[in-house]
Amino acid sequence: MAVVAFVVLAFVAVASGVAVFTVDSMARATFALALSFVAVGGELFLLDLGYLGVATVLMMVMEMALMAVFMVMFMMNPGGLMPMSMLHNRRGAVVVSVGVFVLLAAGSVLVPWPARRNEPPAEPTRALGEAVMGSKMLVMMAVSAVLFATMVAALVLATARGRYDRADSPEWP
Amino acid sequence: MTLPMFLLLASALFSVGLYGALSQQAVVMVMMGLELMINGVIVAAAALWWFLAPQQPDGQVLVLVVIAAMTVEMALGFAVVTLLFRSSDADMTDMAGKLRG
Amino acid sequence: MTTGAWWGVLPAAGVLLGAALAAAVLAGLLDPAGGSTLARRAGRPVWETARLLRQRRRGVVAADALLWRLGLAGPLVVALLMVVVVPLGDRVVADLPVGVVWFNAMDVLLWAAVWLAGWGSNSAYGLVGGYRFLAQALGYELPLMFALTAPAVAASSLRIADVVAAQRELWFVVWMPVAFLVFLGAVLAFSMSGPFAYPDGRDVAGGVLAEPSGVDRLVLLAGRYALLAAGAATAVALFLGGGSGPLLPGWLWTLVKTLAVLAALVTLRGRMPVLRADRLMGVAWLVALPATLLQVLAVAVLAVGRG
Repeated sequence: MAVVAFVVLAFVAVASGVAVFTVDSMARATFALALSFVAVGGELFLLDLGYLGVATVLMMVMEMALMAVFMVMFMMNPGGLMPMSMLHNRRGAVVVSVGVFVLLAAGSVLVPWPARRNEPPAEPTRALGEAVMGSKMLVMMAVSAVLFATMVAALVLATARGRYDRADSPEWP
Repeated sequence: MTLPMFLLLASALFSVGLYGALSQQAVVMVMMGLELMINGVIVAAAALWWFLAPQQPDGQVLVLVVIAAMTVEMALGFAVVTLLFRSSDADMTDMAGKLRG
Repeated sequence: MTTGAWWGVLPAAGVLLGAALAAAVLAGLLDPAGGSTLARRAGRPVWETARLLRQRRRGVVAADALLWRLGLAGPLVVALLMVVVVPLGDRVVADLPVGVVWFNAMDVLLWAAVWLAGWGSNSAYGLVGGYRFLAQALGYELPLMFALTAPAVAASSLRIADVVAAQRELWFVVWMPVAFLVFLGAVLAFSMSGPFAYPDGRDVAGGVLAEPSGVDRLVLLAGRYALLAAGAATAVALFLGGGSGPLLPGWLWTLVKTLAVLAALVTLRGRMPVLRADRLMGVAWLVALPATLLQVLAVAVLAVGRG
């Protein structure tokens, strides 16, 4: 049962991943990627990682909904109504990625993976929570600082307006 | 379910994403490729945690960090794309050869 | 808490649709434009359903039918996925250990669904509606997330059944009123009604509702009422003690409370002006977000104090 679920979800994840770069419509590409993330979230559920699975779906669907906005904004042909190629160095990309896949796949199949060292905890979510608030707290603190820096940096880079140029201020153009 | 199955899935996702990141011209599509690569990393980290040492929370913390890294990549990616477009009217990687403003 | 089999989804869907219909009937009763007599107004959802079922669907040139249908079905499906983790009395379809986060993830699926419902129709009004929903979602999502955090912190569990059980002595609404109100506001927001009816506003000819007709329109409208009902049911489980109450059995209390919250939401939503997304952003991030954060702080301190 679990194996069937794994195979179906894996197929969905990879097929929609391929679809991202083959469909014409940018909206379809974006939401194909979202579907790939949802399938990976399902795979995490199979590994008893309910929290991380749901969090992946939550974050990634949100990101992809915003991605769709940028797609429509920046792509010449977001609806895919006039198909055209937007690729460069296609052969090189195929060679490199196939080579990388063969290398990684050989590694995952041929490496003699060690046996499982211990049994999973009863509540993985609680274990994760206690880790990030205890033994691994430094990681969490670093991540929060990075996220805050990201917010500030992204705003500074992206907006041309300042703090007081609000839409309801009298000087706004 | 075995560890190699999950790692094969992860390698497939990573390679498809790599193909996209290398071959696409539009900056936003390159970011989609990067996202797909990171998607593969999530699968690999979670599977290694589950099949090797599930009592230690390190694997789970790694997945959390990867998700955070993905968010950072998106936010800054979009900010840089917007800035590139505003300063030099470029939305393709080939048009952004020099990053001087 | 008993977990049902997979077919438990069917009665859950039935209850959800029943509650959605009740909300629609109340909305019809409250709307003076619906007819001259009360009976006619109350029957309006039924006539409307019959009319839409018979109506022939309008097409739009080069609409993306696949994405459009996905987006239109989205709200109804999301509402159903929300209620499968909410206990009815002491029964729940899927007793997920991360039910609270599940609810949040499902409401994020609406970002995609509503945008797709606007984009897929290949109409400018629809697309504007979809963008408006995203702008609005940026405003309400963070306050909603922290409002959901408060009950989870107090119960020290993400399982909704545990949150219900933790309210045996005192309902959470008593000591986290801010989170409760923000949550109800977010329910109105993700079901695009009341002050948050901006994505389907009249000024853009209905926005995401501009193009859908026939069964498509029926599914989208039903989905909005179902979202209100699912939000009310979750509010009951997270803040109003779930099925606890004297005399009546748990499932009946859950239903009574859910219908009461739903009635309050439907009554309120017709009495408030629509907020523009940039105004909403100000209210949401400068008032609701700090207030919710303070609420979570207070709840966390109290939870630590109680041990």
